[in-house]
Amino acid sequence: MKKVYLDNNATTMVDPKVKEAMDPFFCEIFGNPNSLHDFGTKTHPYLRKAMDQLYNGINARDEDDIVITSCATESNNWVIKSVFFDHIKNGEKNHVITTEVEHPSVLAAFKWLESQGVKVTYLPVNSEGIVEAHTVKDFIREDTALVSIMWANNETGMIFPIEEIAQICKENGVLFHTDGVQAIGKIKVDVQKAGIDYMSFSAHKFHGPKGVGGLYIKAGKELTPLLHGGEHMRGLRSGTLNVPGIVGMGEAMELASYYLEFEAKKVRALRDKLEDALLEIPDTFVVGSRDKRVPNTILISVRGVEGEAMLWDLNRAGIAASTGSACASEDLEANPVMEAIGAEADLAHTAVRLSLSRFTTEEDIDYTIEVFKKAVERLRSISSSYAYKPENI
Amino acid sequence: MAKNDLIGGSIWEEYSQKVQDLMNNPRNKGELTEEDAKRLGGKLIVADYGAESCGDAVRLYWIVDPKTDKILDAKFKSFGCGTAIASSDTMVELCKGKTVDEAVKITNIDVEKAMRDHPDVPAVPPQKMHCSVMAYDVIKKAASLYKGVDMDSFEDEIIVCECARVSLSTIKEVIKLNDLKTVEEITDYTKAGAFCKSCIKPGGHEEREYYLVDILAETRREMEEEKMKEAAEALENGQEVAFNDMTTVQKLKAIEKVIDENIRQFLIMDGGNLEIIDVKENGAYTDVYIRYMGACAGCASSTTGTLFAIENTLKEKLDENIRVLPI
Repeated sequence: MKKVYLDNNATTMVDPKVKEAMDPFFCEIFGNPNSLHDFGTKTHPYLRKAMDQLYNGINARDEDDIVITSCATESNNWVIKSVFFDHIKNGEKNHVITTEVEHPSVLAAFKWLESQGVKVTYLPVNSEGIVEAHTVKDFIREDTALVSIMWANNETGMIFPIEEIAQICKENGVLFHTDGVQAIGKIKVDVQKAGIDYMSFSAHKFHGPKGVGGLYIKAGKELTPLLHGGEHMRGLRSGTLNVPGIVGMGEAMELASYYLEFEAKKVRALRDKLEDALLEIPDTFVVGSRDKRVPNTILISVRGVEGEAMLWDLNRAGIAASTGSACASEDLEANPVMEAIGAEADLAHTAVRLSLSRFTTEEDIDYTIEVFKKAVERLRSISSSYAYKPENI
Repeated sequence: MAKNDLIGGSIWEEYSQKVQDLMNNPRNKGELTEEDAKRLGGKLIVADYGAESCGDAVRLYWIVDPKTDKILDAKFKSFGCGTAIASSDTMVELCKGKTVDEAVKITNIDVEKAMRDHPDVPAVPPQKMHCSVMAYDVIKKAASLYKGVDMDSFEDEIIVCECARVSLSTIKEVIKLNDLKTVEEITDYTKAGAFCKSCIKPGGHEEREYYLVDILAETRREMEEEKMKEAAEALENGQEVAFNDMTTVQKLKAIEKVIDENIRQFLIMDGGNLEIIDVKENGAYTDVYIRYMGACAGCASSTTGTLFAIENTLKEKLDENIRVLPI
């Protein structure tokens, strides 16, 4: 059976070139970088190269930090909790701002902050699923310590006005963190131009390995460490360095930058082809305009067809998609983004996310269009709500 | 359980083969019309349950013979996930050929059991049980339409969870039928509390008349009382009551009786005795606290041979899970 992977916002295939780059660091160059002997120091040139690749990838300055973490969940938790320890617990500030559509690792960390007595403002999104920059301005207070807003949304792919928001934060003396997980590898990410203080990212979202991520920290905005230990990464994040992971993430970052144009043109063309074809099906809706969206993502609603049933039919034909964030796929609740954008209640359970990558082929898209249309036809023939005119109302 | 809970994403793996087959090829999907009713000489009933905005909606079609109340044909349509489709299909299969009164007795458990591959392995994971509850409710709706009574009056409906439209009686029934012990389980079975969560406990964004926490406590109390009443009545009527179904007082009496008849005489012969201090439920165990008297107190055998003999006699005569603890 043909297999098509259209769940690249959940995770991506490791690029074979990345795997190749990582390979020597399991059995050959396996030393601990903190050791004094040759086994340890032999890793250093490779780690330095990886750091160069990461710094170049997001255009960080040498005086800034890019601290390696285990994943974006760790990076997000670190910023949010350390801002609490450094600026809130001491009574200096007591308010933070985020959005209703952040990743669970941000929302859950803020829920924890609330349990500690911190006031949290959850900004709404507009009907396109975008947080408007002026809402940030409207809600900033004297005691606001942190604004945390994602660069691009995982469900809809909508790109948020990060530069404008960063500017507002700067003017008001508020720290600004962005979860950049869904932006890297899809659109140009330039931390200097955007003017942000912190950015989380994760290698497995841009064809790197799982279990490694990073946190960009602008010079002068240092945070209390979340993990204390052997003073790795200058004490900012202890734990033996994940050498193969770091090398892999560096390589993946370089490739991501290299393929940005390919992403913007070829991946986008395939995405648009798929979207055009699916929108030919009557009563289908895609969230957000294409130009404000990362080039690989479609969040589509098919009236009368429940999302999980759609996934089931796609999966039977070898196609992987998602009803929402992978973390929520066991959840019975409606897609939170659909609720946040104020979608019609009847559509809240119909959203299906298709996310492409640079490895998606034209054949993949043609096959998906064919399968998707058949699945809609089959499920609408079962549906109690589609094409039904109630007689007794 | 912990080891098996750590890796998520196994919902689809937990579906029985039957559920999967029915998702792929439901046998009874479709509609029935007035023409079909005429052809079969019956009355057409169309019942809706659930709402698309809640993620699950099912429509049940019946053609019922007005003379015999027999369901001549049935079909369904469903907006929902695969399990909703499979359980609606199974429910329709179970309805066919039954009278309306018989059909009303079909429960979500019957639907779920009918979809099992093996009698002891659930057909769907607990998170998906609500789909079969929905199938159960739509039958009641259809029956109420057929009998010309409002479903509210038919069921004396009090809606506890507005989002999922789950009634007080459904919640109480599901708690009793499935021996549910937590609010989370109620949510898994009925979807009550899965949405806005206002109905779980006071303090949500909407004030409610009934809360799941209170209903659960009240229903568990009722179940306990029913159990006591049954045990008392059974005893009155001279019926055997399983040790586990006895009340604590009844257990104490039963233990006293076994000790009087089988043990005490031997202790007295040796110049000793024992008294029962307390009987306590301890998880699956019943702990019997005793105190030795006379020669038994301080006898070396009282914590070994004699103790084992007492415990084994109680285990043999009453229940495997009795433990005797001398104090």
